[in-house]
Order: sequence, then structure tokens, then C-alpha cells
Amino acid sequence: MKKILVACGAGVVTSTSAMNKLQEELSNRGIDSDKYTLGQSSVAQVESLANDYDLVITTTQYDNDAIKIPVINGLPLLTNIGVDVVIDEIIDKLNLN
Amino acid sequence: MELLSPKFVFAQVKASSADEVIHYLATQLKDNGKVKDTFEEAVKAREQIHPTGLPSGEIAVAIPHTDVQYVNEAAITFATLDHPVEFHNMAVNDQLLEVQIVVMLALKDPHSQVEMLQKLMALFQNQELLAQLQKITDNRQLYDAVSKYI
Repeated sequence: MKKILVACGAGVVTSTSAMNKLQEELSNRGIDSDKYTLGQSSVAQVESLANDYDLVITTTQYDNDAIKIPVINGLPLLTNIGVDVVIDEIIDKLNLN
Repeated sequence: MELLSPKFVFAQVKASSADEVIHYLATQLKDNGKVKDTFEEAVKAREQIHPTGLPSGEIAVAIPHTDVQYVNEAAITFATLDHPVEFHNMAVNDQLLEVQIVVMLALKDPHSQVEMLQKLMALFQNQELLAQLQKITDNRQLYDAVSKYI
């Protein structure tokens, strides 16, 4: 079971939208929701939560050397521009295929 | 409950800055009891730290919002702008976007409003439609056009 953290500014609105799109896109790729779990937070909480996750997706720019798991910019989950590339990257980093 | 109502849709608002647009829309929400008096300042403060400009394409949008604690009752405001104002890009530090449409969100429980959020994001991706919305000058006509999609 892979654990994905989705973070935005306040951890409420934008990340909710991004999470929903992520689930939809993974489902379109035939990846069932029992293969992963999702968490949601503000970017300020990412550092303290990262140890419990395999991957972080942020809708804001996020640079933090203390984070040892992959960090992916999830903006395409909101704009749909380049979403396939991001989904490929998430699947690849988590070996979801 | 309808989140979008005709009184919160504004065509070709004249504003010279992001703060002015936020002030205008937050005032509408406050005067109708949808948000607390502190909402506007909270949105502006949040915009400084976590900007909400979305590079949706030729027509960029912004979705200013803040924590649910500043909201009394969920509502969204939708404004096209007479001329673009600068918002910071949410995903790239220090990059400015010329925003032409501002949707201010006052949400109580975003998870129960996922469907609306997804429709909103889909609308932002429909640049052809956004270009049509931009041309509408009448608030009611803009409401009628927007309400078909969200």
C-alpha cells in the first residue's frame, strides 16, 4: 500500500481538488484505490508528516532538502495541462504499475 | 444549496490590483453575511504566503480563499475583470500572472463541495468558454452563462 500526501497552501481547498483529480486519473490508468492511500495537509505540515508517506504532491512550489521522499508539483492536476506527464511520474516513482 | 447566486457574479469589474478585487468581492460576501469581518484580511494575508493564481492558459484565473473558520455560510463569487490584474502563480515562486477572471471561494466543508470544485477546474480549462465569458458585460447574463457549468 503506497501512501501519497497531497498538500496545498492551507491544506483544504486546492488539495481537495487535486486529490479528486488524482484518484480519477489513477483509476483511468487501471490503478485501483486499494493500491494506495491519500493524505491531505498544508505545505507547512509536510515536513512533519513526510516520514509517514512514500510521495508528496504539492500544488505550490515546495523546496525542502529535509524531505527524503519524492516531491512532485501537482499543478497539472488543477489545470489539466501536462497531467499525463505528472501521472506517469507518480506511477513511476511509486512503482504502481 | 446553490453556492453561486446572481448577486455574487460580476461582469467586467474595474480594479487596479489583486487587493482591490479581493476587497470588492469580500465586501459583497461580508455584506450578505456569508463571511466574517476578518475574512478579507485573512484572504489577503494568505494570498501573500500561498498565492492562488492559476496558469490555466491564455486566460489565467485566481481563486483567492482562506481557512474555513472565516466563513459563515458557503458561497462563491465569480468576477471577470475589465482589465487584467497581477496575481502570483501558486505553483512557481515570484512569478506573476495577468489574471482576467477571479473566483473567490468561501467554503465551509470543501470535501462536500468537491463536485463544484471539479466543475470549476474544468471551466478554467475551457479557454474558449472563458473568452466568451470575458465579453459579457451584464452581471445577470454572466450568471446565466456561468451557472450552466458550475
